[in-house]
Amino acid sequence: MNVVGKARRRVDARAKVTGQTRFADDVVLPRMLYAKLLRSPHPHARLREVDATAASAAPGVVLVLTGADFPVAYGIMPVSQDEYALARDRVRYVGEPVAAVVAASEKEAADALALVRVSYESLATIGSPEEALERAEPRIHDYGEGPNVHRLAHFAFGDVEPALASADRVFEDLFFYEGNTHLPLEQHAAVAALDADGRLTLWSSTQTPHYVHRELARALELPAHRIRVIATPNGGGFGGKSDPFNHEIVVARAALATGRPVKITLTREEVFYAHRGRHPVLMRLRTGVKADGSIVAMDLETLLDGGAYGSYGAASTLYTGQLQTVTYHVPRYRFRGCRTFTNKPPCGPKRGHGTPQPRFAQEVQLDKIAVALGRDPADLRLQQIVPANSLTANWLKVGSIGLAACIERVVEGSSWRARRGRLPEGRGLGLACSSYLCGAGLPIYWNEMPHSGVQLQLDRSGRVTAFCGATEIGQGSDDVLAAIVAEVLGLEASDVRLVTGDTDLTPVDLGSYSSRVTLMMGNAAIQAAERAKALLAAAAARKLGVPAERLGFAERRVFDVEQPATGMSFQEAVVAAEVEHGTLGTTGSYRPPRSAARYRGGGVGPSAAYSYTAAVVEVEVDPGTGWVRVPKVWVAHDIGRVINPVLARGQVEGGVYMGLGETLMEEQAFRRLPPRLSPALVHRTPSILEYKSPTSLEMPEVITYFVEEPDPSGPFGAKEVGQGPLLPIAPAVANAIFDAVGVRVDEVPLAPDRVLRALAEKAKGREPRVGPTAFPDVPWPEALVVPPPWEGGDGKAANEKATSRDVLPTAHSGTAGVKV
Amino acid sequence: MTAGAEARRRGRAGAAGAAAAGGRARIALTVNGERHDLLVAGYKTLLEVLREDLGLTGTKHGCELGECGACAVQADDAPVLSCLLLALECDGARITTVEGLARGPELSALQAAFADKGAAQCGYCTPGILVTAQALLDRNPHPTRQEITEALSGNLCRCTGYLQIFEAVEEAAGTGGARGTSPRRARGGRRPRKGVST
Repeated sequence: MNVVGKARRRVDARAKVTGQTRFADDVVLPRMLYAKLLRSPHPHARLREVDATAASAAPGVVLVLTGADFPVAYGIMPVSQDEYALARDRVRYVGEPVAAVVAASEKEAADALALVRVSYESLATIGSPEEALERAEPRIHDYGEGPNVHRLAHFAFGDVEPALASADRVFEDLFFYEGNTHLPLEQHAAVAALDADGRLTLWSSTQTPHYVHRELARALELPAHRIRVIATPNGGGFGGKSDPFNHEIVVARAALATGRPVKITLTREEVFYAHRGRHPVLMRLRTGVKADGSIVAMDLETLLDGGAYGSYGAASTLYTGQLQTVTYHVPRYRFRGCRTFTNKPPCGPKRGHGTPQPRFAQEVQLDKIAVALGRDPADLRLQQIVPANSLTANWLKVGSIGLAACIERVVEGSSWRARRGRLPEGRGLGLACSSYLCGAGLPIYWNEMPHSGVQLQLDRSGRVTAFCGATEIGQGSDDVLAAIVAEVLGLEASDVRLVTGDTDLTPVDLGSYSSRVTLMMGNAAIQAAERAKALLAAAAARKLGVPAERLGFAERRVFDVEQPATGMSFQEAVVAAEVEHGTLGTTGSYRPPRSAARYRGGGVGPSAAYSYTAAVVEVEVDPGTGWVRVPKVWVAHDIGRVINPVLARGQVEGGVYMGLGETLMEEQAFRRLPPRLSPALVHRTPSILEYKSPTSLEMPEVITYFVEEPDPSGPFGAKEVGQGPLLPIAPAVANAIFDAVGVRVDEVPLAPDRVLRALAEKAKGREPRVGPTAFPDVPWPEALVVPPPWEGGDGKAANEKATSRDVLPTAHSGTAGVKV
Repeated sequence: MTAGAEARRRGRAGAAGAAAAGGRARIALTVNGERHDLLVAGYKTLLEVLREDLGLTGTKHGCELGECGACAVQADDAPVLSCLLLALECDGARITTVEGLARGPELSALQAAFADKGAAQCGYCTPGILVTAQALLDRNPHPTRQEITEALSGNLCRCTGYLQIFEAVEEAAGTGGARGTSPRRARGGRRPRKGVST
């Protein structure tokens, strides 16, 4: 291969190092107006009145919008369309927008916000999942599976209780993983404008232009073909720009109302309120093992703090359980998940979407099991890795799996066997593994169309342009597209022009989420490029008098592979093809294979392929301060095939970095103000200064290994790399802390105060552990019973009817993409 | 005196001397070698004037509170946070933004190294980091890894995990692969890279 696998400057590098990349806030249009949002200071209140009279008369103000201007609800998931662009009758978290001012300048818009008079009737709040389960009132939404319960799930993949009873040992642990947020350096921004024909265009820093397109059409009650969404390159996404956002709908409505371009750029504080980040999750994990540590059954309960709206929550809930089976063989598995509503900014997908939390639980518990049984944690894992090309208990199809090789690489690289347990007090090594999807098997809304489409256009100049709806969020999706087309056509990546993320110009790609782009867009690109190659080959073959199947494409030439001197330039081949076939264009599309999981809820978890990661982390724990320093990380990732080693390594290091941030310091946490002052439930740290994230000084050395076990489902065998490498970091750090100082911190972040408390417990001779101590009663529904493949199942639930859900009011139900 | 302090000192004098009309004042900025005579609103930061009045959108904002480093530019050859300086304070200053780093179409050695080493992922923190790192190299052509790490500790990057950024700075300084102890290449300072075009 000439392009794939070679270290290259990414195709958009020049734009990025010269400052030419045009992010959403860099879009400036003539006659542009600016919008600012008035946000609720109350975590929960009825809106009695929103009076815009004074604000409307303020200098420079052109328009004031309120909830009355947005009668249609929207939301990313068809099953929870519970948001309005501006609050209509109720606000549910501090920071929820209630009015928008549009003015000639950003300053005039901001100044006029103070003139919007809002009369609130403050309501009691729900501050935690425990409160949500305890109290029916106040009720945050009128839909859900309980007063303040958004989603409940209960799956029995085989009967775990007899299996646990027959186990040699049963380990039960409680874990908590605090919420944290994406903190992209670019604050969300959007510009809306009407074109000369009166059609609406929205430029936005979104990871999912197609979904934004659909929700704009819905919320604005416009035909989708009258709307164009252009995803500007995202200044970091990490999942935080995957929802359709209120500010996007507001500027679109404002552009329609004024006929002028309207821009909005969120402040950093507002980004903390837009959120959609990591769910705080409380977990109870019971695992039964044989004497050698082999798992016989696993029973997982998760309790999610969803915040005030649905967002991706229906899927997030299932992701806190569904991927627990794809690393180690779990013969029987029960998973129960519950997502509650609370009066906080909505949680959603952050890098790893719903899976880092249970992964933390599983990998820390495995470490405890290894210690209890006197086994090496690496060996305990190696002995029970899921076989390649097999089905899991919950009917996920695992294809290639390079996890054993990953473990071996980090064990060797870190001198694990010589150093673990033998470092001086205060220093330690920890190991953990993980897996992630290469794209969700189902789209967000149910349909049978392609998940990704690529069009190629070629002309006599030798130009090749690839059109695809995929969205560049920094991960390198543009580079992957160019590389794959170039590889097939024998060009350099920089020869391929790209038009991406534009719903008017590009075929639909569902967006940059669930690590789906390389695999899905890549396969569509290969198909389109192979079709173009066939057209060129047919014409070149005639011209050269060589059979088409003997032609090779490389180094910008088309030539006889048996006599390479016989050939023509790529451009000449395009000319010949244009003569022979007329105007040239091809398409390619991709849709993931059908899942074997045919039970309701089985739509979350299936993927065409799974990536695997193993990490060893070294820590130094200061017993005086509880401070944990990480000097070095070894991480091995089963990527299938590396497309561009420079970018792949960057994704791994970025994942390790982000993992360390949420492991050691990052918290999207809230506190109640003293009741005598205010009932407010406020964000503790809505600024970059206070929301601690790692700087260059905290970043450890990272040794990255790639395991390339090509997966037949991936383009040239490639799997994902954007999310997987984050996953093992938190448990590896926790396990290393145990190795260093003999304490267990069963809650994330592994902050100094928690480490100190654990050390204090140890010093007092008590159980050297800090972590949650109780899991509240959850009204679990009857289990959906799905026999595992080895117990004679067929992928369907044995009792599908018993759990059919009709609890959703019609107003909120839709065609469920995620069949729960 | 740091350049920021110098700019502020001069700015006070400049603002005092400027004819303030309707909350606006006249200032002169030399940006990337071009002089601009501007009438700016008193509340506007240097960042806002660069982005909005001069159309130099290469400089970014991530917090507007001096916390993230995305808005870093050079004022009189030292890195400053343009979101924390009022434009009035910069009257008479020489400003270099990311747009001023390349020589015509040719990337600077640092820009080329960033492109080659994967130091820019989403590219949003990149302008501020480039400007900060260039200021480091200008005063210390062969920094150690530790010196690079410290110089960039005020610039947040959420994508890369910083390591490829460090390597790019080392590459540009000719100290790559040696952890900043023994320069691998001849000491050449800022050697423009030849034939860089993509």
